[in-house]
Amino acid sequence: MTVKLILRDREYEVRAGMTLLDALKKSNILPESVVATRAGEMILEDEILKDEDVIKLIAVISGG
Amino acid sequence: MRQHKLALCKEHYLEWVPEQTERFIKQYGMFGHDDRVLVAVSGGKDSLSLWDILIRLGYQADGLYIGLGIDGGIGYSSESHRLSQQFADARGLTLHVVDVEREYGRPIPVLAERTRRGLGKPCSVCGLTKRHVMNRMARDMGYDVLATGHNLDDEAAVLFGNTLVWEGDYLLRQGPVLPGSQGLARKVKPLCRFYEREMTAYALARGIEYIYEECPFAEGSTSIYYKEILNQLESARPGAKLTFYLRFLEARRSGLFREDQQAVGSLHPCPKCGQPTTSPGLCSFCRMIEKINQPET
Repeated sequence: MTVKLILRDREYEVRAGMTLLDALKKSNILPESVVATRAGEMILEDEILKDEDVIKLIAVISGG
Repeated sequence: MRQHKLALCKEHYLEWVPEQTERFIKQYGMFGHDDRVLVAVSGGKDSLSLWDILIRLGYQADGLYIGLGIDGGIGYSSESHRLSQQFADARGLTLHVVDVEREYGRPIPVLAERTRRGLGKPCSVCGLTKRHVMNRMARDMGYDVLATGHNLDDEAAVLFGNTLVWEGDYLLRQGPVLPGSQGLARKVKPLCRFYEREMTAYALARGIEYIYEECPFAEGSTSIYYKEILNQLESARPGAKLTFYLRFLEARRSGLFREDQQAVGSLHPCPKCGQPTTSPGLCSFCRMIEKINQPET
C-alpha cells in the first residue's frame, strides 16, 4: 500500500490513504515549493493518495 | 490557493489568471491596449506565461530574448532560446533576439571572468547586461513599456534581502511599475501578485513548454535561499508572502521611504550609450565592456 513521489532525481515513498499535503510534509517537502501531478494532471493538496499512485512533483522555484 | 481561500478547476483557473492580471495592469496603471509592450522572455515559465496572458488579453506584445551564452553542460541558453522561439512561432508572434556574444564579443560567463565582477559568479554581470540590453531594445525600437515576468516570490525575495540590510534606495525603487524617464524605459511587472506556484500551475495547465532546468549558476544563490525561507513561513502562515509584499507597497505609497533628491538630480546620460547613469563618466555596462576590450596585461 505505497505511493511514490518523484521530485527531480529523488524518490520518496509514503503510505496510501493520506492526503497529498500530509505526504509532502512526511517527506519533508515544502508544499509551497512544488506542484503535484498524477498521470499528467495536476492534483490538489487535499487529494487522497491511492495505492500504487506515482506522483510527479514539479519544482516551482527559479531564479538566481 | 490557501492565501486566497480559493480552489478552482482547470478551466476556471485558466480564466482567473488573465482576469487577475488585467486587474493588476489597471490597478497599477501599467499600460493600455494602445501601448506597444516588449516582454522580456527567458524561456522560463513566468515570462512565457506572461506573454501568453498578454496576448490572450488582446495587448500588442512582442518578445525579447537575450542569448546569454550559458551552457553549464545542459545547453541552457540554446534550449531556452529554442523554447522561446518555438512559443513565438506557434502563435505567429514577433521575437527579437539579442545574442550577447555576437553583440559584445563574449558570452556572459567569459565577461564575468574577464571583469572579475560578482565574486566568481556571473549573476551580477548577467543582471547588468540584461538590464542594459532590455532598456536599449525597448528604447531603440520604440516600445512604450518593458514587461518582465517577475512573480510574487521573486518580489518578496528581493524585498526580504533588501529589508535585511535596510537598502533604502533599493526599497524605494521596488514596485510593480518603474516609471520611465529620459533614456530609461518604463518597466512593469504584471505577475507581481501571483505566487510562483500559481504561475507554474498556469504554465502546466496551458501546456506551455518551458525550460525546467535551473540556470546552472543559480544553484546556491541567495535569492533561492530567501525564497525557501519565505516558503517555510508561507506553509505555516498561508498568505504571509502576499501580505509582506502588499504591506510594503502600502508603506511605500504612504511615504515611509523618502527619495534622496541629490541622487535623483545627478543622473546624466552615459557619453557612449546614452542610458542614464549616476557615475561621472561611462555607465557601469560601458565601463565593463571597455575593460574587457582592453588588452590583458
